[in-house]
Formats: sequence, structure tokens, C-alpha cells
Amino acid sequence: MKPARFEYVRPARLDEAVRLVAGAPDETAVIAGGQSLLPILALRLTRVGCLVDVSRLDELARCDASARHVTIGAATTHAAIEDGLAPDPGQGVMRRIAARIAYRAVRNQGTIGGSVALADPAADWPAGLIALRATAIIAGPQGGRREPVAGLVRGTYMTSLTPGEIIVGFEVPVLADGARVGISKVVKKTGAFAMSLAIVVLGDGGARVALAGAGGRVLSLAGVGEVLTTWPDASGERLEAALAEDLVGEIDVADAYAARLHRATVMQAVAEARAR
Amino acid sequence: MSGVDITVNGDPHALHLAPRTSLADCLRDALSLTSVHLGCEHGACGACTVLLDGKAVRACLSLAVMCEGRAVTTLEGLRDDPRMVALRRAFHENHALQCGYCTPGMLVMAYDLLGRVPLPTEAAVREGIAGHLCRCTGYAGIVRAILAAAAHMHDEAGRRAGPDSA
Repeated sequence: MKPARFEYVRPARLDEAVRLVAGAPDETAVIAGGQSLLPILALRLTRVGCLVDVSRLDELARCDASARHVTIGAATTHAAIEDGLAPDPGQGVMRRIAARIAYRAVRNQGTIGGSVALADPAADWPAGLIALRATAIIAGPQGGRREPVAGLVRGTYMTSLTPGEIIVGFEVPVLADGARVGISKVVKKTGAFAMSLAIVVLGDGGARVALAGAGGRVLSLAGVGEVLTTWPDASGERLEAALAEDLVGEIDVADAYAARLHRATVMQAVAEARAR
Repeated sequence: MSGVDITVNGDPHALHLAPRTSLADCLRDALSLTSVHLGCEHGACGACTVLLDGKAVRACLSLAVMCEGRAVTTLEGLRDDPRMVALRRAFHENHALQCGYCTPGMLVMAYDLLGRVPLPTEAAVREGIAGHLCRCTGYAGIVRAILAAAAHMHDEAGRRAGPDSA
């Protein structure tokens, strides 16, 4: 075994889990699938006094669909989403994102809520859920609250979650009729975190573009989104100019490779969305 | 120490383990199931892959205490399973192992893959075992073996269905 000693509890109820974590925020960590936390503990990048296991809480398993939105429980695994066992807001987008995360053996345990709560800047779900305008449903010691994922994810491994708050699930608006989604991801090797991940949504009351892997948090590319909203058939030249402006101050301008890489994934995601 | 009730290869066990004990350490040290190989112990190599409730997982990225009430299957537990018999034979015939360290993880992952995708393309096989490192770099043989096992299982199923179903 590689991690340092810790205690482990698996509360039977969500409010008990909230109370445990809120009562000892520096000593506890929430664990669901553990596919990021366990390696972090194994490498002793962090230590924890007690793991609070939320993976079996009913509240975090709930998935639901209505005409307006779908709800995905936070403890839903990537593999369950990949296999179509969770509802989809349209374009098979949830399955398409899930299928490209890490490896199947990791997807069988890793959860969508864990991915967002960890807030790795190159992770798939923060970018995907931001592109889809999802809202996180959060339980906490002061009761429940909701926050758009775009606001929840603050930076590298940083979220707005306060001690004791636990993500219960996500509400994802159903895509408009005729909306199209393109996804492009470049990794150093299959299963690695993205060097660049672009998710483009067209025709959903406008266009949106989310980019992960460029800096410490997911970027919403407002300029590119605006161009695609106003001119859905905008030329590559026009989009690239907007992208260059969106990336000012976000990536190291001297890093010509990064600039080319992000340009390639954004343009490929636009092309994929247009072709669907 | 925490009490853990766990079913392994069909047999129930009541164990007492430190919470930080990985499922891999539990299987090797408490239950002597040494097909569960430990390479990296942080999810990079895939050598420790086992089935948890029938799904492939990394035993080093699972705490034994989190597997309370669940069913674990290791390579030992798949000894007589027809799909695993076909995979083992195909690994033998296609020179899919050299030092053998990655082999149990490769076999269990291939078993999981063929359970979901009975006749995968070569690209799907390569993607399917991408999370497994073979330091002898014998990937070509491993990919060939998994494709051969899939083809064999497919032929067998066709033969069992017989000419009437054709």
C-alpha cells in the first residue's frame, strides 16, 4: 500500500455525510469513484484524516429526464453514461464525452460529480457541462443550493464548494431542436488528460464554445461563440481571428505549439458540429 | 481496522483490514490471489485489473473497504470460463506474453472488452487495452491474440447455432 493512514466512513444518509465533512473540513475528504483521489493519496500529494464515501448514497444516483432538462446524479459513473444508462440532453453528447475519458476500467468507477468537484483544468466534464450550460445541485450544512458549473469551477483544483458541501447532481438543459455539438480532443496518449479539448454547441439559442487544457480553468470562448452565433457559416479565417483574441492573456503567446493545438481542436470541433 | 464482507471468485469472506488497504493488496495478501499483479499502484499500468460486480476495475484504485458487499472476480475465478479459455489459448498461440507481468491484467481487460464488444475491430482492441502497459512491448501479439479469441468465440457460437439457423 502506498497512501498514508486514514480512516473511512460510509454514511447511510446524505445529511450525515454533509455533517461529517462540515464538522471536520481539514480532516476529511469526500470520495466517490476515487479514480483521481486514490492516485493522489497513493503518491502522497495530499493526506487526509478520514475519507467520507458518498458513492452509494441514493440521492447521488438519481437520474431523471423532463422536456426541459435532464438530471444526472453526481455518483453516476462515466461508463454508465457511456453505455447510455443516463438520460441525454441531445446529440448523444453525454455518451460522446464519457467514452473518451481515461480507460474503461477507470470509467467503471470514476464519477461525473467527482470530476467536477476535483476541477482538473484539463478534465472532460467541467468543459462539457459548461458548454451545455449545466447547473450543479449542491447539498450543504446550510441547506441546498444551485450554481451553474461555469461559476462553480473557479480554477485549478478550485471550486466554489464550501466545507461540507457535496455535489448531488447536475441539471442539463435539453438542447434545442436542430442544435449540433462537435467535440475535439488531443491527448498525448489514449486515456491521458486533454492537452486541448474543444466542445462546440451550434444552434442552441446561439453558439457556445468551451475549451479545456488552455490555462488553469475551462475557457468559454465568447468571441468565437459570438461569431458563430451571428454568422453560422463564418470562414475559418474569421473564426481563427476571434479565437486568437479570446486566447489573449489566457495562454502563453510565445508557445506557438499551444496556439496551433487549440486552434486545431476548436476548428475541428466546429467542423464536426457543422457536419452533424 | 475495518470489517469488510466481500465475495471473491464466488466465495464469501469476512476480513479485517486497514482502510488504506487497496483491493489489490487485499486480494494478494489476505486471499493469496497472486494473479493480481502490482506494477505502479496508482492506476497507470493496468496489471492489477479485476472484475468488480462483473466490470473491469483497477484493484489498486479501489479500497477494499469500498467493496463491502460486492463481488470480485480475479483471473483465478475465470479459469473455466469459455471466453477466458479462448483468450488464454489465443495468447499462447499468438505469442502474446513474454515476461508475463502484464498478462493477467491484459486477459481480464480483454475478457471485459469481448463481453461488451464480441467482434471488435483492431482499433477497438488497441483502444480497449490502451490503459495497460506491456514493458516487453509485445502489443502486436496481444492485439492479434484478442482478435483471434474473438473470432474463435464467434465461430464457436455459429457452430453451436448449427446449420438450421443459417
